[in-house]
Amino acid sequence: MNIKSQKDFFAGLMFMGVGAAFAFGATTYSVGTGARMGPGYFPLMLGILLAVLGTAITFNALVVERVGGDKIGKWAYKPLFFIIAANLLFGVCLGGLPSIGIPAMGMMFGIYVLTFVSSLAETGMKIKATFILATVLAVISYVAFVQVLKLQFPVWPAFITG
Amino acid sequence: MDLIANLSLGFSVAFTPINLLYAFIGCVLGTLIGVLPGIGPVATIAMLLPATYALPPVSALIMLAGIYYGAQYGGSTTAILVNLPGESSSVVTCIDGYQMARKGRAGPALAAAGIGSFFAGCVGTLILAAFAPPLTELAFKFGPAEYFALMVLGLIGAVVLASGSLLKAIAMIVLGLLMGLVGTDVNSGVARFSFDIPELTDGIGFVVIAMGVFGYGEIISNLAQPEDEREVFTAKVTGLFPTKQDFKDMAPAMLRGTFLGSALGILPGGGALLAAFAAYALEKKMKLKPGEVPFGQGNIRGVAGPESANNAGAQTSFIPLLTLGIPPNAVMALMVGAMTIHNIQPGPQVMTSNPELFWGLIASMWIGNAMLIILNLPLIGMWIKLLTVPYRYLFPSIVLFCAIGVYSTNNNTFDVWTVGIFGVIGYIFVKLGAEPAPLLLGFILGPMMEENLRRALLLSRGDWSVFVTRPLSAGLLAAGLLLLAIVLLPSIKNKREEAFVED
Repeated sequence: MNIKSQKDFFAGLMFMGVGAAFAFGATTYSVGTGARMGPGYFPLMLGILLAVLGTAITFNALVVERVGGDKIGKWAYKPLFFIIAANLLFGVCLGGLPSIGIPAMGMMFGIYVLTFVSSLAETGMKIKATFILATVLAVISYVAFVQVLKLQFPVWPAFITG
Repeated sequence: MDLIANLSLGFSVAFTPINLLYAFIGCVLGTLIGVLPGIGPVATIAMLLPATYALPPVSALIMLAGIYYGAQYGGSTTAILVNLPGESSSVVTCIDGYQMARKGRAGPALAAAGIGSFFAGCVGTLILAAFAPPLTELAFKFGPAEYFALMVLGLIGAVVLASGSLLKAIAMIVLGLLMGLVGTDVNSGVARFSFDIPELTDGIGFVVIAMGVFGYGEIISNLAQPEDEREVFTAKVTGLFPTKQDFKDMAPAMLRGTFLGSALGILPGGGALLAAFAAYALEKKMKLKPGEVPFGQGNIRGVAGPESANNAGAQTSFIPLLTLGIPPNAVMALMVGAMTIHNIQPGPQVMTSNPELFWGLIASMWIGNAMLIILNLPLIGMWIKLLTVPYRYLFPSIVLFCAIGVYSTNNNTFDVWTVGIFGVIGYIFVKLGAEPAPLLLGFILGPMMEENLRRALLLSRGDWSVFVTRPLSAGLLAAGLLLLAIVLLPSIKNKREEAFVED
């Protein structure tokens, strides 16, 4: 059997899987009846609906002819990895990871880490330009978020502020 | 006439220098905050609530209302410029506004949003003043069955928004509804789908999903393309202000949006949001004039209509709050909090017991809108400059502001982890050609739908026919079916697909 639309085929599989997972999860809560809906009732209904929709989408993807096969194409692992990593490392800088002994480094340090790591997502990073960008962002963030909006951030590393 | 006497009382309250100053401060703060993606009006009002303690109640509410409008203006600015909806009601603005910006027409798009909002704000204020008392009667007729039917209609409207396959759009809505259910069930107290993670018992934050799916997902798929094919902006920015033709196109869209927004805003339950979606659906249904840009590719009507609708809706959503004491959305819930801090019990009695507060607030809404357009139109030039920043500098900044915005909503690194997960999910959506806008709408409506379904069925003792035997609810569902039938009809279906083949 030929897959006529790769995008739809996998999207359908995803909906089927997620729908089934939600529906299955819902059965672990009390479902109840229409008049006395339990916490599982609505998610069970929706989960089944989503799985059915997913099946229909997958089926369509096998039957209905498309131009060019609707290929998914290459996955961009590099930007995916660096953008998400930049985000996660920023979180680590703000909160630290006490379980493995990484202290909170604060927002200012985090901004430099985030800017450098996310810049790696693009080929040909210029170190100097990235450094300037990080400094500009750090100043803007300090003025806007800390001074003006008075948001509660760990700004400096924990071992300096105590 | 009562209306004039009331409004003049209101203006006499609002036009004192000190109240004007508070309105101004509110608008400026709101705009600044709205422009920063991630920090929405809810977070801002929550943060500034304690600061209004010392103010007299009228001034406090005027300032908070200013923040609310300001944030909506600011939210549309980021939606147009960087495709990041600052808050839920500007999700639709992204669709055509961002495309306009990419074609070098960010100026007209921003102006359309500003002018549309101002016009809608003026009309909304008048409607609020004139019809607040009689319109509450209609809201009284709405039971849970009607709310549920209304939301079904709203969701079907959202399907029309998605440009890809209809089935996938419906599936995305259902997925959104399911995601909205994560967290503690209000009725039984059971923590659903939380995997014993304490942070998940409060549910997934709207900001987290919006930033992850729209922000990160978009950035990653942009970076995946070779530099010259990238989905950024054509360098040439043509004209800061709309042309005569633009005005001709957007004027009727503004009128329709305002009308729709005013009507939907009155209904509790995310008036401004539904209004924006409905207005976009309506504009899309209108025939394209020859030579007009198709929707989804930067049609100015797709900006003017929803923007007018969400502002009109924001305005009239004060009606249920001020007259019934029911907050229609999170921002209004905070306004209730602000009122109770100042010893005012929101409800029908506010109009009679605190007329200067009631009418002063209404008058200040108009003033706030006027201030915003004065403040924003000259700033358009400045916002446009933002677009000339090369993408290599722009994307780390967006990632940073998303991360900071997400962290600051709850001061919690857990949200930073989840936004990372949603970034990956967002990229998967892009790859699979599944549009995220319907998902967001479903996500917001999920808990409300469940609650109203539960109540409706409880009242009818489990009898599903309640949705068709109550005339209002039956009418709404029939409208939804009609809409679905129109989209599914073969001839229209083909046209719809034709329209999207081009992109």
